[in-house]
Amino acid sequence: MSNLTACERLELIRHKDRPTVNDYIPAMFTRFMEFHGDRLFGDDAAIIGGIGYLSDTPVTVIAQVKGRNLEENKRTNFSMPHPEGYRKALRLAKQAEKFHRPVICLVDTPGAFCGVEAEERGQGEAIARNLYEFMTLRTPVISVVLGEGGSGGALALAVCDELAMLENALYSVISPRGAASILWKDGTKEKEACEMLKITAEDLVKFGVCDKIIAEPTGGAHMSKEQTADNIYEYLVDAVYRLKKSDIDELLEKRYAKFRKIGMFTE
Amino acid sequence: MAIEDLFKIVKERFVAEQPAVPAAQEGDVEIPQDLLFKCPRCGAVVYNREFTAAMKVCPKCNYHARLTWQERLELTADKDSFVELDADMKSLNPIGFPKYEDKIAKMQQQCDMNDAIKTGVCTIRGYRTVIGIMDSHFFMASMGSVVGEKIARAFEYATEHNLPVVMFTASGGARMQEGIISLMQMAKTSGAVKRHSDAGGLYISVMTDPTTGGVTASFASLGDIILAEPKVLIGFAGRRVIQDTIRQRLPDDFQSAEFQEKCGFVDMIVERGMMRKRISNILKLHGFPKEAYRR
Repeated sequence: MSNLTACERLELIRHKDRPTVNDYIPAMFTRFMEFHGDRLFGDDAAIIGGIGYLSDTPVTVIAQVKGRNLEENKRTNFSMPHPEGYRKALRLAKQAEKFHRPVICLVDTPGAFCGVEAEERGQGEAIARNLYEFMTLRTPVISVVLGEGGSGGALALAVCDELAMLENALYSVISPRGAASILWKDGTKEKEACEMLKITAEDLVKFGVCDKIIAEPTGGAHMSKEQTADNIYEYLVDAVYRLKKSDIDELLEKRYAKFRKIGMFTE
Repeated sequence: MAIEDLFKIVKERFVAEQPAVPAAQEGDVEIPQDLLFKCPRCGAVVYNREFTAAMKVCPKCNYHARLTWQERLELTADKDSFVELDADMKSLNPIGFPKYEDKIAKMQQQCDMNDAIKTGVCTIRGYRTVIGIMDSHFFMASMGSVVGEKIARAFEYATEHNLPVVMFTASGGARMQEGIISLMQMAKTSGAVKRHSDAGGLYISVMTDPTTGGVTASFASLGDIILAEPKVLIGFAGRRVIQDTIRQRLPDDFQSAEFQEKCGFVDMIVERGMMRKRISNILKLHGFPKEAYRR
């Protein structure tokens, strides 16, 4: 496993060649078809959703889209979804439930978008609704954090039966920069905050948040997109096979228990 | 002698002739610090006595100011009806955050509570309900392990006993000092609300000042019925964050209760003086039995 510090990983996941879902989806799913829109307001390019095959199992894929260049990033809003993105995700998840397809969420976002329109359309409500509905969605849900797992914007696609993280991925309640500016009124102390927040995959395994660490090639995912995609694929095939076998009511009990038991307190 | 020097001499003499005004000493003049209240919304300054008598509502702009949990309980629950749940639950320091224990200890002393929420069972005009009161004076009522766990247990208790839940929300969001664990409380509480709902339970969420961040993005927004107090702040992202993103000044009523009602995220705005009655009317309409109560 990786010996890198949280900070070094932060640099890796911000690497300009870090693979995105646009690399992974074609590599992992066959006959993928993208479906658009939340049926309420519009379509959010920050989240791709659709159906395809994982090996020979039909699945629903919901993925946050980092751009590979400025042009793509402008279109996908740097992977910061608006409420309609989360509502599209929920619509497709409900569809998956109806047709008994496992749901695979690929998480890669700095966070939900913060803006006037996002507020007007209920960013808070949209995220809350996803947490609420995914908790009892009667089909297996698997989430994989590919790079950045930014707070509530990531969690909205991460209420799941199993959470996996790429080896160098980070998942945090607040961006290191945000934490630094709140704590020390100095956003440049990002590195200190990054270490302090305990946000690496290994940390999150300890907290019971992350269930599986997926290895990256030496030097990071960008060293071999194919190898990274293969590793994720292998994990997903195994997880879908396992979870599809379990009784759905049992699965929901376990899903609730997974989140229910996270917390540290005395009484 | 230069003319400037002449001025200087005159000035010095003038200053020397002024009787020295002793610096105000503590205890000299009694001006109680809490004599006046300055409204953070409209800037009006009113006598605290007047403001308190009006249940801490600004007489000028109707802003419903923040209450302590004791004040909220007093205004909401029937006399002597409150029985607390999980009173002794206290926070640990899951990510070893520097000085977190000290800060918590200080807050506990200041606010007379162990963490930012009180949960329990009470009656409201005779209707028995599970109640949760978040107090923004405690760490801006941010949600960490204790808040999340107490809310989850409150909903589970309500599910088990077929009781409704009335939750007074107020929060700055997730408690960063507990790292990823605080984020997970959003999933935990939302899941508990879902289970209560699936069992047919009624949940009234009452948004008070300020309801923001991870609390807005979890249980606060999931009420069957969502009430809000007038003029309070309700939103997901912080105002400053948004202002920095768009580089424009936001309108004053942005993220107010009225704004949220207009956008479709609040069912009804209720004046503080009417809240008890409104809640009890909703409970009555849902067929809950009325017990004898004292006020």
